[in-house]
Amino acid sequence: MSPPTDPPTDVKRRRLLGGVGAAAATAIAPGIFLQSLGNAAPRETAVTDDVRYGMLIDTTKCADGCDDCVKACEKENGLDLLEKPQGASEAQWEMQRPRWIRTVKLRNNLTGRVTSLPMMCQHCEHPPCVDVCPTAASFRRADGIVMVDRHTCIGCRYCMMACPYNARSFIHENVRVRTTVAPRGKGCVESCNLCVHRRDNGGDSTACQDACQHGAIVFGDLKDPNSAVSQAMAKYPNVQIRADLMLNTGVRYTDV
Amino acid sequence: MKANLGFSLLFVSLLGIVLGLGTAHAGGGVAGTAKADKLDVCVEPTDVMRRRHFDFIKHQRDITVHQGIRKTDHSLAGCVDCHVRTDIEGEHVPIDASGEFCAACHEFTGATLDCFSCHATKPTGSRQ
Repeated sequence: MSPPTDPPTDVKRRRLLGGVGAAAATAIAPGIFLQSLGNAAPRETAVTDDVRYGMLIDTTKCADGCDDCVKACEKENGLDLLEKPQGASEAQWEMQRPRWIRTVKLRNNLTGRVTSLPMMCQHCEHPPCVDVCPTAASFRRADGIVMVDRHTCIGCRYCMMACPYNARSFIHENVRVRTTVAPRGKGCVESCNLCVHRRDNGGDSTACQDACQHGAIVFGDLKDPNSAVSQAMAKYPNVQIRADLMLNTGVRYTDV
Repeated sequence: MKANLGFSLLFVSLLGIVLGLGTAHAGGGVAGTAKADKLDVCVEPTDVMRRRHFDFIKHQRDITVHQGIRKTDHSLAGCVDCHVRTDIEGEHVPIDASGEFCAACHEFTGATLDCFSCHATKPTGSRQ
């Protein structure tokens, strides 16, 4: 019995890569980069804490009424394929439909100043959702991405209650149309995973960042002082939302 | 010895289902249209795959979700991509449809196939 031949594997990889090509693995530590240089992504080595992914969102650029990032996120992660359960009212569906990004409007009651911003999983360093999960399905990956292992999620929704940012959604019904990059099924909790399939396949952006025509979202490695996001954070005053909880969020906002 | 013979007979009949019935009475899939049909061997020797494919998939599942390793050799998406067949119009037939690659054996043995309550049953192209 001969071992599997290389060409079919390469074809598969090429398909998965979709032209990401040589730029792959730039966000990975130098040693790992060398290892995976030969065949580019998808990644073959475990993620490490040499990187921490995060975002800076410039709310002054974020236009009121614009939901490009929400739409792009839904398309990227198959959320637009979900259907209203039979018998559910529109109001119920609007309240419960899974969303990884919500547009939120903040109003300062003293000054009347209104700020619009996208709110998603803040990828905390100390995530309350991970603390409360009884099955360790909610976890923080070494590179800082907080996500749900749906194989072990029992759908208790404790994490949804623990999250101060209301960032998590629950899948209430069977999913008819399923995608390869964002598998989902009835009975599991999910939330923004910083387009983890792009991370693992060598991409350097998120769907929301790509979609934002105002350039309000900068994504990158918070541990790399030369990354666009680190540079922007050093330059512009920015805050963590609910910094008082001391969660050290990976998503930060300017002008809130 | 008797048990061994019985097991061999079962195995041979299973083999028949996979190689014969599975391709002849397909749920719409045309024999020979899967990428796998044009290859000599799977990612592991065929007998190993028959016995241990679930171990491979489960192991890959954990390292993919927790460590981000997307090496495609043992990935479920890889199985689907390579083993999915097309119908006479060239459309992919869901791999868990009756008589298709995954369903053929699982139906016969009565083993529940739970992967596809969440995972895609055909390569999803641009909607990846």
